Amino acid sequence: MAQTKTITPATKIDADLARRLLSQMLLSRRFEEKAAEMYALGKIGGFLHLYIGQEAVGVGATSVLRADDYAISAYREHGHCLAKGSDPRRVMAELFGRRDGLSKGKGGSMHLFDKSKNFLGGHAIVGAHLPIAAGAAFAIKYQGGDQVVLCYFGDGAVPQGEFHESLNLAALWKLPVIYICENNRYAMGTAIHRALAQTEIWRYAETYGIAGEAVDGMDVLAVREVVARAVERARREQAPSLLEARTYRFRGHSMRDPSAAVYRTKEEVGREKERDPIKLFRERCLKGGVLTEAEIRTLEKEVNDLVDEAVAFADASPEPPLEWLTAEVYKE
Amino acid sequence: MAVMTYREALNLALREEMHRDPRVFLIGEEIGLYDGAYKVTQGLLKEFGERRVVDTPICESGFTGVAVGAAMLGLRPVVEMMTFNFSILALDQIVNSAAKLYYMSGGQYSVPMVIRGPGGPAHQLAAQHSQSMEVYFYHVPGLKVVRPSTPRDAKGLLKSAIRDDNPVIFIEAETLYGIKGEVPDDPEFTIPLGKAEIRREGTDVTVFAYMGMMYRALEVAEELAKEGISCEVVDPRTLRPMDIETMIGSVRKTHRAVVVEAGAGFAGMGSEIAAFVTENAFDDLDAPVERITGANAPMPYAKNLEQAKTPSKEKIIATIRRVCSA
Repeated sequence: MAQTKTITPATKIDADLARRLLSQMLLSRRFEEKAAEMYALGKIGGFLHLYIGQEAVGVGATSVLRADDYAISAYREHGHCLAKGSDPRRVMAELFGRRDGLSKGKGGSMHLFDKSKNFLGGHAIVGAHLPIAAGAAFAIKYQGGDQVVLCYFGDGAVPQGEFHESLNLAALWKLPVIYICENNRYAMGTAIHRALAQTEIWRYAETYGIAGEAVDGMDVLAVREVVARAVERARREQAPSLLEARTYRFRGHSMRDPSAAVYRTKEEVGREKERDPIKLFRERCLKGGVLTEAEIRTLEKEVNDLVDEAVAFADASPEPPLEWLTAEVYKE
Repeated sequence: MAVMTYREALNLALREEMHRDPRVFLIGEEIGLYDGAYKVTQGLLKEFGERRVVDTPICESGFTGVAVGAAMLGLRPVVEMMTFNFSILALDQIVNSAAKLYYMSGGQYSVPMVIRGPGGPAHQLAAQHSQSMEVYFYHVPGLKVVRPSTPRDAKGLLKSAIRDDNPVIFIEAETLYGIKGEVPDDPEFTIPLGKAEIRREGTDVTVFAYMGMMYRALEVAEELAKEGISCEVVDPRTLRPMDIETMIGSVRKTHRAVVVEAGAGFAGMGSEIAAFVTENAFDDLDAPVERITGANAPMPYAKNLEQAKTPSKEKIIATIRRVCSA
């Protein structure tokens, strides 16, 4: 139950794994840069919360899951959904509000669901999906399965009652759920020290008698290692964990907070961008001789093509038909 | 056909459905070891064990959210709200999660769950434990809302609610748990959601009422019959979806309608019924629809004030006389 900071020597990285991790982080990054462009063009409306800067968490964590494990998230979830394996074309179509979107255009950016990938959403009331994650873990245990549930949330959910209710129930009932807090230090514009009496979020695990670990959320391999331990605990012992990945969001809270300048300084943002998880991992792979510059260029090119394809697909997908307005309100 | 209490009918419905479907489980406060605050789940822990009868700590939002997550993975939770007054703590999970997940996931994740427990006016429990809660739910697309007035309905409707693939709000009543009535033994007996029941046939006026007010309306109908006013008492049973066909059919026959409801009237069920009767059967009406509702105040503790809070027999009689003389 100690705080750990894992540094994995670059020499240990397997080239295939490195390619996979880098490629997924690049996909998340490029996908959202494109989404921001599309937002500016009016192709995407409503709220759009970008994950840029935090990619190492979703990619590192998902990389130790099995395909039949579950993931659930809040509203900054494009990266989690893509990492879980959802088709970028259908994710983009959902952002566009088109009929081929994952949720048929009815959910939007904040409500991505993909049953085929065991991705449970896309929830936009802060804290509300934490008990739902416990419920999914409850169902796994009830059915005698050995899957686990990975539940992402931000530091903004920690002061909510449902965070504490969920941790208590998960600990009390020994549920195979991993709560991973992506601490990006700001709940919208409220800095963590203005919101929490205890800012070391992983320490709340002690209160509930479960395992708690903090990890550098900008280090994809460190995230991988810490989440792998938690997955093992959940799968073998049905023991929940609370992980805190320390990360940073490079963009504003949403597209409506473009400068994010009121509550944090330019210097701070600049300093954090030096720790860009993609840049760090890229450098490590190069330094360790795991990947060559040319190989990385190829990956970048592949990802760019995928994202362009996603935009073209979304653009070509028709609007949902008007009959869908009142369809699927109830299951018949 | 057996004669049993409303409470026993609910217990039997739960037991039968748990035997029928291994995905059904119960979750809530004091439902297991304590046998239920109102003994509706009596004996079920003993019969089905801790896996399927899950006692929770006091955290309505937490355990309702757990039920939503379990339902998303294919289980069929039956959540007990010790009383529906506490469901407000879980309102976000009910309104924003349970009711909407099917729609906003584009039909990928359904939420087959029942949230049941007592609600409505009780005996001297004061403002926070004695109120009509259905109004908080029937406004919400994605939810179904049931108010069963008799032991037979309690069993038949609860079984349908458990078999339904949508979240169903099932509000019983403390004041009805002890009433007795005939209940079919057949484990396949169910009553479909969305079907109203004509409790007493009549020709002069349709009286819409459910739960305690339905019984009061029947007493009123008996008295008014003596003076030659023939009341048809219609119990909606399911408030959403509502059986507009039966309800409008009755008004077309009697040409007059009144609604009796226990809750404070503003934007209540009476408002909705009055509106759709007017929209669908205006030309059939010989008099305006009237609402007889509870006083516009929280429930007081004092016995005399409490009695004055819900519509009295006298008030209902006076209103019906007036409507029928129009």
